[in-house]
Amino acid sequence: MKPLLEIRDVSLSYHTSAGETPALSHLTFDLMPGEFLAVVGPSGCGKSTLLNLICGLLSAEEGTILMNDTVPSPGDPRIGYMLQKDHLLEWRTIYQNVTLGLEIRRELTSAKLEYIEEMLCTYGLDKFRNARPSQLSGGMRQRAALIRTLALKPELLLLDEPFSALDYQTRLNVSDDIGRILKKEGKPAILVTHDISEAISMADRVIILTKRPATVARIVTIDLGLTDRTPLSSRNAPQFKSYFNLIWKELNQYV
Amino acid sequence: MSEHSPAQKQYLLRVKREKNLIHVSRILLFLGFLILWEISARFGWIDSFIFSSPSEIWITFLKMLKDQSLFTHIGITLAETLVSFVFTVLLGIGTAVLLWTCPRLSHVLEPYLVVLNSLPKSALAPLLIVWLGANIRTIIVAGISVAIFGSIINLYTGFREVDPEKQKLIQTLGGSKKDELTKIVLPSSVPLILSVMKVNIGLCLVGVIIGEFIGARQGLGYLIIYGSQTFKLTWVLMSIVILCMIAMGLYAALDLIEKHVRKR
Repeated sequence: MKPLLEIRDVSLSYHTSAGETPALSHLTFDLMPGEFLAVVGPSGCGKSTLLNLICGLLSAEEGTILMNDTVPSPGDPRIGYMLQKDHLLEWRTIYQNVTLGLEIRRELTSAKLEYIEEMLCTYGLDKFRNARPSQLSGGMRQRAALIRTLALKPELLLLDEPFSALDYQTRLNVSDDIGRILKKEGKPAILVTHDISEAISMADRVIILTKRPATVARIVTIDLGLTDRTPLSSRNAPQFKSYFNLIWKELNQYV
Repeated sequence: MSEHSPAQKQYLLRVKREKNLIHVSRILLFLGFLILWEISARFGWIDSFIFSSPSEIWITFLKMLKDQSLFTHIGITLAETLVSFVFTVLLGIGTAVLLWTCPRLSHVLEPYLVVLNSLPKSALAPLLIVWLGANIRTIIVAGISVAIFGSIINLYTGFREVDPEKQKLIQTLGGSKKDELTKIVLPSSVPLILSVMKVNIGLCLVGVIIGEFIGARQGLGYLIIYGSQTFKLTWVLMSIVILCMIAMGLYAALDLIEKHVRKR
């Protein structure tokens, strides 16, 4: 099978007048269609930089990034990006927030709006369409942010620690929630996180990065032997702990 | 829960009392000042020719109301202030947007803006009179000149402090710089724009009065200068009192608009 996303030998440095900081060094990995990848690494190792490269907001100094054989452009319509915070705009209602992407791309067609309607109903935000973001719980806000991203029907989702701003209880529920939604919509995704258990619970493969300049230290395929796997059920699988230890040991070398 | 507990009731009562006390004190302070002024003038403790008195100011006020000359002066000053305020707001937002879209331009212009902002604008007024003539246009320009540079700097600084992550959101959704401006920067700067407007209205009034001092035949600024030159100090003081009321009224109007916008 042909990979959806090919990252080959990618390097990038940040330049300031004080000097040059190498962020990524000769990074190589693939993402297969329908696959959920998690990227873990020491904090500040350049995980977010990697996502900015994939979605075309930054361009690589060396190496190539190809999605279905073409280089992603800035704001590529094929790629949806969820940032660390939901960034729902307080001066807009929930409905105006989830349609923001369509409004920007001038794609407020009836078919796309219907898709949004469907998602609002399926994911329980139907009654809150006229509410302001501040009236919603953390979990509901995260769902609204996800609908805003999915409304553009991206072929690939990038998740930059989207649960890190939530408290632990909400975080478990929301990651389970989002994991199920992504599976249901059949979207491949790359999740960047510093939380090892979150990575194992959601991903098909976990990519471990070294400290800066980051390169791929190891790729671990997660096979928990579950048929209908969800992030919460994954946490109860017997192999969960051994994967945790494996990745934790690997990461510890780079702290 | 509509029924308050006794402790809560007591607390609310205390808050209300404190509020009333402050209101009453304010009014008493004002009345006390007026009464003291009036008595001092009547008993000759102060020279009423120079310091006038509240009653004389009131009589002059009524007289000028009757011959309607006061309406013209107030109207002119008010109109000039409002026109220069509108220009200041439009020019201020426009320039700040331009600087935000083009950071290089803002770097080039920064030292000039700082100098122009800290320059006492009253120094410019004589020049403006010579260049533009002694007319209403000059006075409006004087009003703008006092408020514009500060408002550009404040607005631009505010625009730049808008959450960069929110702007990144627009980029990831495929938006342009224009989308960042209209969807993020301007909407999130509405409170800032309103507070800058509140400062501007006062500054425009200052500029207009400076302009009227030098190049007007009508307006409260003219009335003040004319009164001081002819030793009609009652005129001067009356004009100052009216200016106080205009300043308060304009500020209150903007405050009302601000509250209305925030509520939405």
